Amino acid sequence: MSTRTHARTVVITAVLMLGLAACAPASTTPSASQSAGSESPASQSPGATGQVSGTITVFAAASLKATFTQLASDFEAKNPGTRIVLSFAGSSDLVTQITQGAPADVFASADTKNMTKLADAKLLDGTAKDFATNVLEIAVPPSNPASIASFAELAKAGVKVVVCASQVPCGAAADTVEKAAGVTLAPVSEESSVTDVLGKVTSGEADAGLVYVTDVKGAGGKVRGIPFDESGRAVNTYPIATVGSSRNKELAEAFIAMVTGADGKKTLSEAGFGAP
Amino acid sequence: MRQTRNGGYGGVPRWIYVLAAAGGLFVVLPLAAMVAKVNWTQFIPLVTSEASLQALGLSLRTSAASTVLCIVLGVPLALVLARGSFPGQRFLRSLVLLPLVLPPVVGGIALLYTFGRQGLLGRTLEVAGLQIAFSTTAVVLAQTFVALPFLVVSLEGALRTAGNRYEAVAATLGAGPTTVLRRVTLPLVLPGLASGAVLSFARSLGEFGATLTFAGSLQGVTRTLPLEIYLQRETDADAAVALSLVLVAVAVAVVALAYRSPRAAERAPSGNGERTTPARAPGGAAR
Repeated sequence: MSTRTHARTVVITAVLMLGLAACAPASTTPSASQSAGSESPASQSPGATGQVSGTITVFAAASLKATFTQLASDFEAKNPGTRIVLSFAGSSDLVTQITQGAPADVFASADTKNMTKLADAKLLDGTAKDFATNVLEIAVPPSNPASIASFAELAKAGVKVVVCASQVPCGAAADTVEKAAGVTLAPVSEESSVTDVLGKVTSGEADAGLVYVTDVKGAGGKVRGIPFDESGRAVNTYPIATVGSSRNKELAEAFIAMVTGADGKKTLSEAGFGAP
Repeated sequence: MRQTRNGGYGGVPRWIYVLAAAGGLFVVLPLAAMVAKVNWTQFIPLVTSEASLQALGLSLRTSAASTVLCIVLGVPLALVLARGSFPGQRFLRSLVLLPLVLPPVVGGIALLYTFGRQGLLGRTLEVAGLQIAFSTTAVVLAQTFVALPFLVVSLEGALRTAGNRYEAVAATLGAGPTTVLRRVTLPLVLPGLASGAVLSFARSLGEFGATLTFAGSLQGVTRTLPLEIYLQRETDADAAVALSLVLVAVAVAVVALAYRSPRAAERAPSGNGERTTPARAPGGAAR
């Protein structure tokens, strides 16, 4: 009697746990752009900026994926013997990971609030530097089925609008813009990340969504962006800083210098980011 | 293999206990760590906030609805898989079990392209005035999609273990197929069906990925408890932990309910995971 009942319990519990565990979305994607084995400190070119070498891990907001991947490989090319490992996720996820001891050398946040959390916890080395800004834009499917032309038209009856929830930066920005415009939206969904909003628009489920200018640019032709004046009332500032526990602060600072310098500005503005 | 204990031989090597303890700890420790993190002074206000209660209510309602849908769709599937014989039966079984191993987000994408506005059936449904995207119906569909295999597996195992002797007897006595199903088969596998239904309910309750991808997230409409936890985590870790504990408590209650009556379970084991071959099933399966 007991053997069978037990066996059944075990199997069922195992399956249950499997099911529950499979729900968490994987959000960090470490990407190493240089192949292993090329890490010899001796091979530094004299013309490179400074005498940096080694490996650092950069935790960056998900919206920086395209630009930081580009910047990291540029940096590695200019500074042989260095390697930048990238991990992208939502800013608040990254803050949690760093607070719990994840080995990050550099943190680039999509808003000042999350950077302040790390500063308050005394987990930063020095102070954070603002390097980019981002504003909201209306994203519609290429055919623009609800014929949206302005922010006020998002409140038209029957328009399926998707925004971010107030708890996440893009949602807080959407709230500010709503107030500034004096328009109250009745969204059909409040997503927990801006990529989810974009996904609902690219798949044609939603008539419109509020995303960042850089998301529209990054989506290529899959969505059409409609800029609106009130977006200037909610400008998101992106700060970057060295993490206090970093074992290679020179390299971390060299990378930050590149992001905040001329090269970084060029790549960032090409992606649609504004200057701080 | 599983009869060894019946002979009185209960010898498990001692080192197995060490590994078993490690396995048990691996499951229990994270749960204990989470409980330790609960902010008890704020617990009641956190879990009774309007957003939390709406999420819990929605989760329970949608899970109940998807369990019903699982029974309606899953019982016939299990019957066909266990009793029927047709070409492609094995293939059908693997397909039905697929959501068990698929990441839920993949299920969500698949549902999106089926029932979404631009989807395979979505366009027809929209013409008929039915809009599924961003509705509670979408949540139920997502939950049913991931929970259905649990019911089918449980019930199919129970059907095979129960064998078809009684059914054959009933048929020779003149009962029609529907009468046999209603009066013999279903009562015989009722415990298996019940545990399958409980499992489906529990799986629906935990559904996250497919819902997020397919149904969206709006308080009171599509934001179930797991989605609310995921969102709260962004700003309020205490609320996320408190709600997680509520979900764990509900899950524990559900599982406990499923194993409350060991007698029923003994009479007709669901046979989850121990699918006996058809050749062995008519023999009464080791009983």
